[in-house]
Amino acid sequence: MSGKPRLTYCNGRGRMEPVRWLLAAAGVEFEENFLETREQYEKLIKDGVLMFQQVPLVEIDGMKMVQTRAILSYIAGKYNLYGKDLKERALIDMYVEGITDLMQMILMFPFSPPEAKEKNLDSIKERATKRYFPVFEKVLKQHGQDFLVGNKFSWADVQLIEAILAVEENIPVVLLEFPQLQAFKTRMSNMPTIKKFLQPGSPRKPPPDERYVETVLKIFKK
Amino acid sequence: MSGKPKLHYFNGRGRMESIRWLLAAAGVEFEECFLETKDDLTKLQKDGSLLFQQVPMVEIDGMKMVQSRAIGNYIAAKYNLYGKDLKERALIDMYVEAVIDLNELLISHAFQPADKKEQHFATIVDKATNRYFPVYEKVLKDHGQDFLVGNQFSRADVQLLETLLMAEECKPDILAKFPLLQSFKARISNIPTIKKFLQPGSQRKPPLQEKDVPKVMKIFY
Repeated sequence: MSGKPRLTYCNGRGRMEPVRWLLAAAGVEFEENFLETREQYEKLIKDGVLMFQQVPLVEIDGMKMVQTRAILSYIAGKYNLYGKDLKERALIDMYVEGITDLMQMILMFPFSPPEAKEKNLDSIKERATKRYFPVFEKVLKQHGQDFLVGNKFSWADVQLIEAILAVEENIPVVLLEFPQLQAFKTRMSNMPTIKKFLQPGSPRKPPPDERYVETVLKIFKK
Repeated sequence: MSGKPKLHYFNGRGRMESIRWLLAAAGVEFEECFLETKDDLTKLQKDGSLLFQQVPMVEIDGMKMVQSRAIGNYIAAKYNLYGKDLKERALIDMYVEAVIDLNELLISHAFQPADKKEQHFATIVDKATNRYFPVYEKVLKDHGQDFLVGNQFSRADVQLLETLLMAEECKPDILAKFPLLQSFKARISNIPTIKKFLQPGSQRKPPLQEKDVPKVMKIFY
């Protein structure tokens, strides 16, 4: 056992990708255990390793952590990415939760039936450009600082850069009317740990494709 | 301005109920402002009061907080219901997140189309009795303590009790195979602040009736 956190999930983004981002941003190396078959998944359940019979699973500091938000909160708290007090934490939580709602749409998008794909993409564009991005554009404009909360790099910044890149993959011009977010994107992408994560060969997973969708359905569908 | 937290939502459980539970459990009095029509929601949106155009919204300590998890986290931490260190917090978070998943199923039941209701009910019962309740039964059995985490009353206890009661409303004998959850339910229900919240006349909301579903849909859709 190496002492590094160990992530169990499919070999793709899904619900684990924010965890990979956060660990990487914190400069923490981790190992991955990829689920490829239903049998593997059923064995994990039988072994009693998955508290609620679900992945993501992250083995960290002697715990077998499940529930993505619990995992992310723990990592953020441990590596000082959660603000300096309760009020900064509250802001970070609000921002992260909002972004997570947007990311949920992106998460589900590859699983849309073909006839719904265009409509779902329009919904993502609508929400990104009318509900979520304007909020962060305004936050950055108003305080003029490099980071979203407390003039310090936090979980909120990591979540936002992940979301911006994910939306852009689907809608390349999405940041057109958001100059602050464009600058934010450049700034975050240049932070050493994030820059490293964005390079080929990192644990970052590629955009979901048909093969990924098939694998997920095969392993998890009842 | 009274200094009490002020909750903005419709007059029903939904995503605000867990927050009402948490404040009540902490012994914190709060005020409520109910959305009755779409116009009420639109007005709040136009005011710039809703960060992401959505409720729940809770005015607390000079903030207009949105996102129920963020609100729950803040209240839990402020009133010492979040464990004593990162690891206890991690346990509480895991337990609470799973309870939220079950809650979502319970909340969404009233909104299911008629032809899907029976199947949905079966899913609720299956998940509750096979996925979630056994975990908490085992936690209580393994440590033999009164509370889920760290031998101290926490948010996890509050949220679990809320969900146990909602599940029982759905199927009265749903706790039949879970003796420790039954005694947990009795024990936590007797904590003074919670006992008070469980009495008639408190700010606890009743389950959503079918006849009220259209009204709620009109506010949000």
